[in-house]
Amino acid sequence: MNEIVDHKADVVIIGGGVNGCSLAYQLAKRGMKIVLCEKGHLCSGATGRCGAGIRQQWSTRENSELAIKSIQIFERLEKELGQDIGLRQGGYLIVVHDKSDMKQAKRNVDMQKALGLDVSILTPDEIVDIVPILDVKGMHAVGATFCPTDGHVDPFKTTHAYAQAAIRYGAQLYKFTKVVGIKKKKKRIDSVLTDRGKISTDFVVNAAGAWSKQIAEMVGVKLPNKPFRKEILVTERVKPLFDAMVISFKDGIYFSQQEEGQILGGIPIPNEKPGYLTAPTFDFLHHMAKTLARYAPPLKHVNVIRQWTGYYDVTPDALPIIGEVEGIKGFIQCNGFSGHGFMLSPMVTKILTAYIADGRTPRILKRLSLSRFKGKKIVREVSVVG
Amino acid sequence: MSDKIFICRCEDLTKEEIEQAIDEGYKTLEELKCKLRLGMGSCQGRGCLLLARRLLCQKTGKSTAEITLPPARPPFIPVSIGTLASDKNE
Repeated sequence: MNEIVDHKADVVIIGGGVNGCSLAYQLAKRGMKIVLCEKGHLCSGATGRCGAGIRQQWSTRENSELAIKSIQIFERLEKELGQDIGLRQGGYLIVVHDKSDMKQAKRNVDMQKALGLDVSILTPDEIVDIVPILDVKGMHAVGATFCPTDGHVDPFKTTHAYAQAAIRYGAQLYKFTKVVGIKKKKKRIDSVLTDRGKISTDFVVNAAGAWSKQIAEMVGVKLPNKPFRKEILVTERVKPLFDAMVISFKDGIYFSQQEEGQILGGIPIPNEKPGYLTAPTFDFLHHMAKTLARYAPPLKHVNVIRQWTGYYDVTPDALPIIGEVEGIKGFIQCNGFSGHGFMLSPMVTKILTAYIADGRTPRILKRLSLSRFKGKKIVREVSVVG
Repeated sequence: MSDKIFICRCEDLTKEEIEQAIDEGYKTLEELKCKLRLGMGSCQGRGCLLLARRLLCQKTGKSTAEITLPPARPPFIPVSIGTLASDKNE
């Protein structure tokens, strides 16, 4: 995994997160020559720092559709890759706090049901049946929405499994390899320059997460994405207490119990500004602990052992930017996931595989293209946490 | 008694498991962490990271100075949610 041996590829993928590795696997499986460049180790960006949740309950049809199809792929991925990916479907319980919240929840559930999703609205009593440690009064809940097929997947296991499968199909994965430039010739991609040499290619996939903006600038493309530091904490292991991920759009909190027993969760700090900030803060620790103790009082006695940060690569409408950029043949975006890149990765990379390997243009690509931001009204995804 | 040598006691990782991961190409402590959960338990790597670094040195021929330790993550010692949630005047 060191020196670049072959300086020609069909596709160069920039970014060794779950999206980059999944795409490398799928394209290599189709017989294409794939080189993936990752500036750190695999999962060193948002993939390896995320909350590991997979959710189908969204406010926009695009995200719901992508997520529903993604979970169907996650459900068969273990068999396909021949490795454990840590899939557990304990559901997502989304707390509803008041009348206006309930109105939005009903609208979301109607749309999600029309897409065939098994999702329902819970009474406060039903909330406690599903997650007994929750305090309905403390979290000011008037109800909740619940989808039993939402859940968790292990980001490390999944990404490593994709990477190993990609290598089996002949893909070359270069870790600790930084892309320093991209050359185009007559409005098409010509080559990628790295700190280990040049690779000629027809396609470049920009799956660089919070660093996608800089990659795009190498060919003069301006992305509207902004990096936001997000914080997260994990506790010591405790006995199994609950299966569902609990989230609230109003408080921004999410938390769940991992397979090994840790409680893991995050919450935004009020007024966080965009930028490449990495230091974890005490403000987060305090705000998260306070909110968590209000939601689930028995957790007061559980010890926090670690907090860390990662980036959301946030777009103006919180939907990802997927597909070829107008005016540069072969320059493909796969970024701007706004905190949901892991859970949407199976479907997004499948769509890009159809585009790159088969020359097909699935309909959703138009809705997710970079050009959607040009002068049109933006329909924002509102179901966002963290 | 078992003749297994445990390197990471919180996550139950043996010398053999770590060496195998190194052979598979996980050649930094960060990668071993991602792959095996090395150092991610209650002690936060206090007991195991230096031992694992030693194994990395033996396997890769690098010196300890060449192998970076993963960043230390607060709160450094376990602190309860209740304590972290309390306000100054409580």
